[in-house]
Amino acid sequence: MKTEYMMGNSAIALGAIAAGVNVACGYPGTPSSEIIDTIAKHNTNKAIHVEWSVNEKSAMEVVAGASYAGARCLVTMKMMGLNVASDALMSLAYVGVEGGVVIVSADDPGPISSQTEQDTRLFAKYCRIPVFDPSSVEEAYKMIQDAFDYSEKYKTPVLFRPTTRIDHAYAAVTYDETATPKEIPGFVKNSKRFVIFPRLSRMNHEMIEKRNPEIGEDFSSYKCNSFTGKEGNKKAVIAGGVSYAYAKEYLQDRDDVTLIHVATPHPLPETFLLNALKGIEEVLAVEELFPYLEEEVLLLSGKHKLNLSVYGKHTGHMPTAGENTAEGVAEAIGLFLGERKPEDPGKKAFEGVVDKIKDRLSGNEEVMMEEPKAPMRAPVLCAGCPHRASFYAVKSAMKGKKANFSGDIGCYTLGNAMPLDMVDTCLCMGAGITMAQGLHWTDEECVNFAFVGDSTFFASGMTGVANAVYNQADLIVCVLDNSTTAMTGHQPHPGTGITMMGDVANAISIEAVLKALGVKKVLTVNPLDLKAATEAIEECAAESGVKAIIFKSPCIAITKATEKCVISDRCISCKKCIREIGCPAISVVDEKVIIDPNLCTGCGLCTQICPVAAIEKEVR
Amino acid sequence: MSYNILLCGVGGQGTVLASKLLAASAMENNETVHSAETIGMAQRGGPVSSHVRIGEDVYSPLIPKHSADLLIAFEPSEAVRNLDFLKDGGAVIVNEIPMMPVTESLQPTGYNGREMIRFLKQKIQKLAVVNADELCAPLGSSKFFNVAVLGVALGARFLHFEEETVKNTIAKTVKEKFVESNIKAFEIGKEVGLSMKPDFDALDNVVPKREMTEEERNKIIALEEQIQTAKERRYETKQ
Ligand code: SF4
Ligand code: SF4
Ligand code: SF4
Repeated sequence: MKTEYMMGNSAIALGAIAAGVNVACGYPGTPSSEIIDTIAKHNTNKAIHVEWSVNEKSAMEVVAGASYAGARCLVTMKMMGLNVASDALMSLAYVGVEGGVVIVSADDPGPISSQTEQDTRLFAKYCRIPVFDPSSVEEAYKMIQDAFDYSEKYKTPVLFRPTTRIDHAYAAVTYDETATPKEIPGFVKNSKRFVIFPRLSRMNHEMIEKRNPEIGEDFSSYKCNSFTGKEGNKKAVIAGGVSYAYAKEYLQDRDDVTLIHVATPHPLPETFLLNALKGIEEVLAVEELFPYLEEEVLLLSGKHKLNLSVYGKHTGHMPTAGENTAEGVAEAIGLFLGERKPEDPGKKAFEGVVDKIKDRLSGNEEVMMEEPKAPMRAPVLCAGCPHRASFYAVKSAMKGKKANFSGDIGCYTLGNAMPLDMVDTCLCMGAGITMAQGLHWTDEECVNFAFVGDSTFFASGMTGVANAVYNQADLIVCVLDNSTTAMTGHQPHPGTGITMMGDVANAISIEAVLKALGVKKVLTVNPLDLKAATEAIEECAAESGVKAIIFKSPCIAITKATEKCVISDRCISCKKCIREIGCPAISVVDEKVIIDPNLCTGCGLCTQICPVAAIEKEVR
Repeated sequence: MSYNILLCGVGGQGTVLASKLLAASAMENNETVHSAETIGMAQRGGPVSSHVRIGEDVYSPLIPKHSADLLIAFEPSEAVRNLDFLKDGGAVIVNEIPMMPVTESLQPTGYNGREMIRFLKQKIQKLAVVNADELCAPLGSSKFFNVAVLGVALGARFLHFEEETVKNTIAKTVKEKFVESNIKAFEIGKEVGLSMKPDFDALDNVVPKREMTEEERNKIIALEEQIQTAKERRYETKQ
């Protein structure tokens, strides 16, 4: 055993290794990405098969196959990836598994870096499969191992849903560094079991509905479902996930309020809850995202005719959106227990005025200064980011023409910021290419551009291109190929050819894929060569049909800059370089336009914009 | 009992390493420690913070508002942005050099940091204002501020660790070729922190454990003497 200070995602990874995981697949997505990275790092003898799959659905299906052969499997993704994987998962829930399958779907309350505030617990209920909800880093390490055991015990895939504050929190975890993957029994063919037909689905559906209450019963004695508080309490707080930690932070070791921790929201551990709620008259549900526990307790209360008032999101006692905070939860529990009074903003303002008058009267002239506002720090594309050059090239080529710019998910979503303002739509992974087609069918005069990153292209862009070619749409697909999955921490993808097993495989050529899909014009340009890029765009815009431009230049985070740019005294301070491209390395200091030598990568975009050629490249 | 330290700054200033070193030092001391980074989409010049929580009865990964004992701000406006986390009577160490928002040249805010420092001076009693550039000048790069500021915190006795504990964790954590300069940064910071001691007499109730070493005590006595003689001299010239 070894103790290390680690991130929640590392604890999940090492927990899976301790459980003897054989196969680990995933698709990068904040806040889940570090799990696969950590497993790969610890997989020095390559005994575990680790991969970044091309998308979440592929990951899920690779795992389904391996599990049928008896392997223990882990799948990781962020919660929106679960939407992509759900096609496979929904059916796998009916068929069941052989080797344990744990699907980590990381929720992102806030949302901090996501497009939705969906709740994986609800998904588990929808799929009719168990879900584990860890409330701390330490618990996550143990719980993921339990998840594998339950998965094998009931031959069902199980979900495991940490949230951002668990994934990215750190704690000391003692882990088993000698764990080895379990023996794989091997695939035993059995088409009655592994081929899904309506008859099998009907049969298994019945079995699942009968089994779930049994799992709920089993969960009633699961050690992580627990409650504290003395007998005779009238009030209880029910919580799960990190919200339990917030509730505990406020209540600490008090026993005059019952604090119920639900670690397995589905199937509901009914016996456990009935026991915990004995004699309770009022309960406050403290949770993020969906009012899941709140509704379950309402159901339970109706079913068992409990004399129980249930408070939470439905009753306005908890916020309905956004993430919980320790102080927000403290406030809600304090109000629920009658220990805090709701804040009266009027009174506060009044007291402020009174204080000021008192100061005056006492001759205390030094009036406190108002709190100055900290400046906004909006995220922008890095200095030297090749996406800036690509967007700028399209923007200048389309000046004065009617054009739509459909964006996608990745760093390049930041192309929406001023002064580029080059992202008109962004919906979900790969949607830019298909949405551009929809826009095209409503106005065939307008030029439609779809921007897609290289990793996103492989994840879900290719089918959209096939759709466009087949249905004869008119658009320009702009693949922003920076040779990495930058947004989530620079993971490799099929276009890079680097695998998580440390091999260099055959890199898949995006150009060849596009050509094979029937795109008749596929141009590859370096976006940092503004003239060539603009010409390519103009050439494509002049033709009808599906065209593609691959803007190929690596993300600055995976290369080392060898040059930088400086502004000479020829500069006439016209500020065109600032107004047009918004590179964060360029700023005005004491009325002079300067380039920060620490930030500048020497990409050279600004040199091609300056009207008097005042910007020069230098060797670093 | 817990001791909560919030580190905040702008993406790229190295708050994460500082929080790692604090956590590692606490572990080396056999204390329970938890921490969390808030990053989001912020690597590209956005605000970042690290919450370090030392102690047994800690449950929330983030420091609740009004609960931080110490705020280490790498940037003036970030100190103000996070001031809500500081508890009454908590201490603040702030770097007075402002970082402009990356969009400053496009949408000027006129921000310069001075107003923030003025506000902090009015509001915070236990305030240590340091200048990262001056502090790090002997090291040749302000990059080392993240480690130097830990030295300031220790010297000013905002941290209860032994000097050796932090140095050991530095040696274990940073890349070998940077160990020497980081230890030097830490030592320079410590000197500065020590020289602040006379300003922080009320401090002792914030600091959980550590006693002053003989050497530190002597240094402080010497400093106090210097200040005394300086005062006397001024008095003499006035006369
Ligand atoms: S060369 Fe110009 S555009 Fe490129 S990073 Fe440097 S300052 Fe920015
Ligand atoms: S990380 Fe890479 S792709 Fe993302 S904004 Fe920075 S340079 Fe561009
Ligand atoms: S575009 Fe050229 S002349 Fe104008 S401010 Fe920039 S460097 Fe100076």
